[in-house]
Amino acid sequence: MAEVRVTVDGVNYADEVEPRTLLVQYLRERLGKTGTVVGCDTSNCGACTVHLNGQSVKSCSVLAVQADGGEVLTIEGLARDGELHPVQKAFNECHGLQCGYCTPGMIMAAVDLLGDNPDPDEHEVREGIEGNLCRCTGYQNIVRSVQRAAQLMKPGASAPTEQPAPVAGD
Amino acid sequence: MTTTENRPEIGQSRVRKEDARLITGRTRYTDSITPTGCLHIAVVRSPLSHATILSIDTEAAKQAPGVHGVYTLADLGGEEIGMPCAWPITPDQKAPQRPMLAKDTVHFAGEGVAVVVARTLAEARDAAELVEIDYDPLDPVLDMEAALAEGATLVHPDLGTNESATWVFDSGEAGTGGSVTEAIAAAEADPDQVVVKRRFRQQRLIPAFMEPRSCVVDPTGEQIVVWSATQVPHILRTMTTVTLGVPESKLRVIAPDVGGGFGGKIGVLPEEMLTVVLAQKLRKPVKWTETRSECMLTAHHGRDQIQDITITARKDGTITGLDVKLLADMGAYLGLVGPGVPVLGAFMFNAIYKVPAYRFATTNVFTTKTLTDAYRGAGRPEATFGIERIIDELAVELGREPLELREQNWIKHEEFPYTTVCGLTYDSGDYEQATARAKELFDYDALRREQAERRERGDKVQLGIGISTFTEMCGLAPSRVLGSLAYGAGGWEAASIRMLATGKVEVITGASAHGQGHETAFSQIVADKLGVPFEDVEVLHGDTASSPKGLDTYGSRSLVVGGIAITMAADKVIDKAKKIAAHLLEADEGDIEFSGGQFTVRGTGQGKAIQEIAFAAFMAHDYPEGMEPNLDSDAVYDPENFSFPHGTHLAAMEVDTETGRVNLRHYVCVDDIGNVVNPLIAEGQVHGGLAQGIAQALFEEANYDDQGTLVNGTFVDYTLPSAADLPSFTTEIVSTPATSNPLGVKGVGEAGTIASTPAIVNGVLDAVRHLGVADIEMPTTSQRVWRALQEAKGRSTQETPIDTHSPGAGLGSIDPNNPQGEV
Repeated sequence: MAEVRVTVDGVNYADEVEPRTLLVQYLRERLGKTGTVVGCDTSNCGACTVHLNGQSVKSCSVLAVQADGGEVLTIEGLARDGELHPVQKAFNECHGLQCGYCTPGMIMAAVDLLGDNPDPDEHEVREGIEGNLCRCTGYQNIVRSVQRAAQLMKPGASAPTEQPAPVAGD
Repeated sequence: MTTTENRPEIGQSRVRKEDARLITGRTRYTDSITPTGCLHIAVVRSPLSHATILSIDTEAAKQAPGVHGVYTLADLGGEEIGMPCAWPITPDQKAPQRPMLAKDTVHFAGEGVAVVVARTLAEARDAAELVEIDYDPLDPVLDMEAALAEGATLVHPDLGTNESATWVFDSGEAGTGGSVTEAIAAAEADPDQVVVKRRFRQQRLIPAFMEPRSCVVDPTGEQIVVWSATQVPHILRTMTTVTLGVPESKLRVIAPDVGGGFGGKIGVLPEEMLTVVLAQKLRKPVKWTETRSECMLTAHHGRDQIQDITITARKDGTITGLDVKLLADMGAYLGLVGPGVPVLGAFMFNAIYKVPAYRFATTNVFTTKTLTDAYRGAGRPEATFGIERIIDELAVELGREPLELREQNWIKHEEFPYTTVCGLTYDSGDYEQATARAKELFDYDALRREQAERRERGDKVQLGIGISTFTEMCGLAPSRVLGSLAYGAGGWEAASIRMLATGKVEVITGASAHGQGHETAFSQIVADKLGVPFEDVEVLHGDTASSPKGLDTYGSRSLVVGGIAITMAADKVIDKAKKIAAHLLEADEGDIEFSGGQFTVRGTGQGKAIQEIAFAAFMAHDYPEGMEPNLDSDAVYDPENFSFPHGTHLAAMEVDTETGRVNLRHYVCVDDIGNVVNPLIAEGQVHGGLAQGIAQALFEEANYDDQGTLVNGTFVDYTLPSAADLPSFTTEIVSTPATSNPLGVKGVGEAGTIASTPAIVNGVLDAVRHLGVADIEMPTTSQRVWRALQEAKGRSTQETPIDTHSPGAGLGSIDPNNPQGEV
C-alpha cells in the first residue's frame, strides 16, 4: 500500500491505497466523488477529466499516488458558495448537454481551455475539446456553451459573482 | 389556451431543469450506486468467435483474495434460462436460446463463459484472469451470403440453418398497390422505361452511448431492487419475470440517471439476469459494470444489412416500381427486438414518394458476431439510405436533376392525408415547404454553379451536393399495428398526475428519459394544461415503484405517445377539480370555466385557483356528495397512427481528388416535426442525430477479422467523431402540425440520424461521379475514396488488410486526412 495525501475540492485527505489505484477510482470509490465518471478504458473519452494542480487531466490516466501532495478540483467543487461557474451556467443556457455523462469532463476541460485561451474561436474550441467525446449533442451546443462562457468570463462582463471567475487550482 | 405571464409554455426554449444536477456532478448513474456490502462481478469472456468449450478450471480463481465465488452456467443451474426475444417476425422464425453464460459452445467473441464475484471490482477482475478455459475452435461464420449457402458452417446446428426468418411485404398481395414483379417485367419490356438495380451495404455500427452498461441488484428488501443503465425499466421488470420466474410484484426496477442509449440500452442483458441470479444466490447486493471494451464487444451492435434494390421508372421520371431484398445480420443470437429492426424499415423504403408497386423482403441471418438490435432509427435509417441512394442513381440514369426528380415523385402537400403503397396513412406534411427553405438556407443554386465551375476547371478539390428528402414513421406505436406484426407488447404509454396538498404537481410518466429532456418538456405541457408554474411541476420516471406502468423510451415515442398520455391525465384532473370548484363556488358545473389555472363562474368575478381546489381536496372538509376527495388521475394513451416527421437535408461535400480526403463543408436541414414544445431541446436532438448519421457515412464501422474477432472494439480504434471532426450545422424547423394527436406533435429524436447518412454519401458521390466513380461503401474514408478514384482511372489498388483497418479519425488511429500512410 502507498500513502497519498491530497486535497480534493478543498478537503484534505490522507489515505493508504494500492499503488495501482487510478486517481478516478480513488475519487469515486474512496472519496465518494461520483460526480466524476468513467466512460472508457483507453483514455479517449475524457469523461473523467478533473484538474490536478490547475491543469486538466484525465483521471483514468493518473495514478492516485501521482496526485500525492497535490490539489484536485472535480466538477463537484467547481461551483463556489452556491454560485455556478460561468462554464456551468453556459452549458445550461446553451443546452450543451443531454444525457450529462460526458458533461463533468467536458466542463472541466472547457474551464482549462478558457484558462489557456480566454477568447477561442469555433475552430479553437473544437480542437481544444477534441479529447472529450460526446455522443448526444453533436458538439454544436457544447461549442456554443464554451464560447458563451468565454463572454461571461471576460473582464468587465456582467460577471455572475464579484470575484473573478474561479480557475482551476485557485 | 391559458394566459398567465409565461403562457403558453409550449413553444418556449426553456433551458432544461434537469441540468442543475448534471452540470454540478450531483448525479446518480448506476455505477455510482454501491449499497453497503455490495459484491462485484467480473465476467470471463471468450476470445474466440466460435468454439467448443472443452473445460473450465475455476479453482485458482476461487482461491484468490476477496473472491466469494466463481460460477459457470452449470454452477448456477442456469441451463434452461434464455434471454427474451420479443419479436417473432414470422411464425416459423428460428430462435436459438441465448444463455446467461455460454453453455458448451461460444457463438461470438466476447460471450460470457464464467463469472467471478468478489468483494471489490479489482479483486473480481484479478481473479477472472485466473480462470482457465480450454476451447476447441470452430469455423467462424462471418459473411451473410456464405452463411446461407449450401453446406455452410452452422452457428446453431440444432436449428439446421443460418436463416432465422424471411419476412415479406408485397403490395400486390396486400392489395395496397400493384405487383412489383409485373412492374419490373413491364419496365424491362418497355423501351420507354428504365430499370436500375444497385447493391448497397449498411455497415455494422456500435451505438457507443457514453455511459457503459451497469446493473446493481439489492435483494435485501421484500422487493428485489434492480438499478440498471437501461432505456426500458418497465420492460426489464416484466422480462426479468418472464426470464427468471421472479414474480413481477417482487421486483422493483430503477433506471436512475442513464448516460445515453440510442437503442443500445433497449435489451434485456445476460449480465442483468446474472446479477439478479447472483444477488438471490448470495443474498447480498451485487454490481456489474462493464468496461468500455466489454461494451464495444458485447453490447448489441446496429445496422449491418446488404440491400439489393431495383427501381423502375418511365423515362419522364415517374417511378413505376420498387423492389427491396435485404440480408440482415442478426449476429449470434436474436436481440429483444432485433429481428423486427429490418421490418421497421419495410414501411419506409417508399418514403415520401408515390410508388405504385412495392415489394420488400428481409432474410435475417445468423453469424458468429455480436448480436444486432435497435440503434437510433432502427430500420428507418437503412430504408432511407436505400431509397435516397437509389433515387440519386435513377437521376443519374435519366440525366435528371436529383431534387427535381424527387419533387416529381413525392406526395404533394395538398394530397395529405395520403395512404402509401405500404398501407400507412401519412397524416400531414409539406415537402415543398421544407425543401424550398432548405434550398434557400443552403444557397443551392449558387453551390450548383460553383460545382459546375470546379468541374470545368478540373479543380483538385471537387464539390458534391448531397440530398436526402426523408420521412420516417415514429411514435412507436399503435398497439394493434404492433399486434399485426406479432410484436410481443403494445405501444401505449401511461401517465399519472398527482395534485399535492400544497399545489405542487407530480407528473408520472412511463417514458423513461436518458438525456432527452423529458422533465423540462413534460413540465411545459403540464404547466400549460393545468395553469401552474413550470417550476411547480415535478416529473417522475424510471422507477417502477413510482411509475409502475409504462413502455419506456425508444422509437421517438416519448412526446407523441407519452406526452399525449400526460395531457389526457391533466384533462381528467381538470374535470375532477371542476366539480369541486363548482361545489365550493356554489355554481352549476356547466357554468364553471377553466383558464390559466383559475376556475371561474361564468359572468362573475368569483373564482378559485387549481391549487386551492387541490388543497380543498386534501382537506376534504367540503366536497360534493358522491365524489372521492381526490384530483389525482391516470391515463393510458394508445396512438391511432404513427407520426411522420419529414425534412430536407442538404450537404456540401468537398473531396480532394488527389488524397481522397472528404470534408463536410456545410450541412443544412429543415425538419418538419409538427408543433414544437421546446425548440432548444428539439434542435439539440437534431444536432445529435445528425452527428450519428454523419458518423455512419464518414467514420464508423465495426470491423471483424477473418477469425471473427472485433478488431476495433475500443475508443482508440472505433472512431466516434470528436468536436474537431464535425462542423456546425444549419438547422431549422418548420411545422405542419400532426393531425393524429391532440398536441399536433411529431417525433424528433431519430430524424437527424435517419436523414443525414444518405445526404453525405450522395454528396461524396456527386463530387466524384464525373470522374467515373459509381459507388463508395460506408464509411467513405479517405482510403476508400482514394481507391475508388484510382480504380476509376483503371489503376489497381491494394486494400489495407482489415485487421489493421481503422476507418475513421480517432486518436491513435490512422488519420483519414492522411491516406498516404495507409496504402
